[in-house]
Amino acid sequence: MLPKIARGVHALSIILILMFLLAPVILVFPISFSADAYVAWPPSAWSARWYVALLHNEEMVTAFRNSLLIAACVTVITLVVAMPAAVALTRWSFRGQDALISLFTAPLLLPSIVLGLAILVIFAGYGLVSSWPGVVIAHLVITLPYALRVLMTGLGTMPSFVEDAAGTLGAAPWQVFRQITLPLMTPALVASAALAFIVSFDEVVISLFIAGTQLKLLPVSLYHYVESWTDPLVAAVSALLVLGTLGIVLIVERAIGLGKAVSK
Amino acid sequence: MTVSALEANDAKRGGRSLLSALLLPIVLVNILVFVAPVANLAAMSFRSAAATGAMIEGFNLSTWSSLISDAYYWSMLWRTVWIGALITLVALVLSYPLALFVSRATRAKALLIVLCISPLLISAVVRTYGWMVILGDQGFLPAMLRSFNLTPPRLINNQLGVIIGMTEILMPYMILSLLSGFGKLDATLEQAAETLGAGPFTVFRRIVLPLSMPGILLGCLLCFVLAVSSFITPKMLGGGRVALLATEIYDQAIVTLNWPVAACLSVLILIVFGTALLFYGQLSKIVE
Repeated sequence: MLPKIARGVHALSIILILMFLLAPVILVFPISFSADAYVAWPPSAWSARWYVALLHNEEMVTAFRNSLLIAACVTVITLVVAMPAAVALTRWSFRGQDALISLFTAPLLLPSIVLGLAILVIFAGYGLVSSWPGVVIAHLVITLPYALRVLMTGLGTMPSFVEDAAGTLGAAPWQVFRQITLPLMTPALVASAALAFIVSFDEVVISLFIAGTQLKLLPVSLYHYVESWTDPLVAAVSALLVLGTLGIVLIVERAIGLGKAVSK
Repeated sequence: MTVSALEANDAKRGGRSLLSALLLPIVLVNILVFVAPVANLAAMSFRSAAATGAMIEGFNLSTWSSLISDAYYWSMLWRTVWIGALITLVALVLSYPLALFVSRATRAKALLIVLCISPLLISAVVRTYGWMVILGDQGFLPAMLRSFNLTPPRLINNQLGVIIGMTEILMPYMILSLLSGFGKLDATLEQAAETLGAGPFTVFRRIVLPLSMPGILLGCLLCFVLAVSSFITPKMLGGGRVALLATEIYDQAIVTLNWPVAACLSVLILIVFGTALLFYGQLSKIVE
């Protein structure tokens, strides 16, 4: 009798903890279909008015487009910079290699509020604040470590003897890279691209410092909107963002497994 | 590998100059957005600003000494540390049974893992907004409590709201660390102990807990440093009434425009980080 009760209590607590973890993400969906002018539970009636309002909210639409464009630029540059570095750090062995890897992944250990402030102070002197290049470069500080780690893991689990064999058979280094290495590391590339995109798109602290008030970015605009308004508009944006993120999660999970990608 | 083998390896792959060329872009970016800014910020903490926000020439200790002599900052530092420690503790207590359950799951394990850690990829603003929807005065939880004829306590714009929201937001990091630690746990060890007559509590205390200690320590380190440096959640759920180190850095840098004070507080946060890392290192040694 007792073990049965214990097992029931255990199962119930697991379900409650899981609900606690997922509650904020799930509850924005019903609230986003509220017909009320402010966030209240339960909504007095249901409607899609906040989705319509969202389409007509110029700031949110512009901010969404800017964030997409910035994230796309950041993703491309991240891959272009991280990919050769990942090849160098896994296919060569040289003195100081571990120190270099630590240096390149160190930004993940620092609070983003410190990174944001540090970059702001430097960029302010060069007129890079509130500019597109400024924001793109600043985002690289957090996307590069993630991408580098995923790519290095991908290359590390890939046997290098295939490349050596191609080299022995007379293929030039560039040929080996294009015909052997690149196809084999496609999953790691897809995963690091998806991660870089989502990290840049979601980044709010560094963007708050660098984007300033002129360059609108979605997380920053949402943050400022919540500061001054209490209507369910943000719930509509949140619901859409959760769905978009879910899509990217599936891509990363298919490519390499989510657990490997997001661990610090 | 011997030196000559290494050199042969290098030659095959195009040698040292190619290696340097491959590493050059990331080194440049790293210096531009990491090394130079952080070094510059540390130097900035030894400068001081006039009341107008203009920087005073030369390096001095006046910003540091005014900070250290101000009781306001000491109480803020203390609040940041204890709130961070409390959040870490609650996150551990909630994450442990869940992570253990996930690592033991036979069905739908991949789905459970994705459910537990995908919140990580959702913007902190969105998740904190979700907590405003739940904890706000007209929110989900107060409405539920009212329907049971209970008077809901104030759950938002105070420390309680910040602690609830941050705990949930940081739990995925804890779960992830615990899961990596549970990898070493072998179910046959527990069965052996049970066969030899150990009760479930003894099995947990003598086998499961010690073996999962490395994961616990790593999760606590991550949660604590992330709690100490969180800014968005305390700002949104604290309603400006919960002053922590990170929120003060933002206010000093953006509102008051006193960069030297913001720089000093940043160095202070890094000192808290370093201390936490030191503790982690010592505790890890004991556990091993």
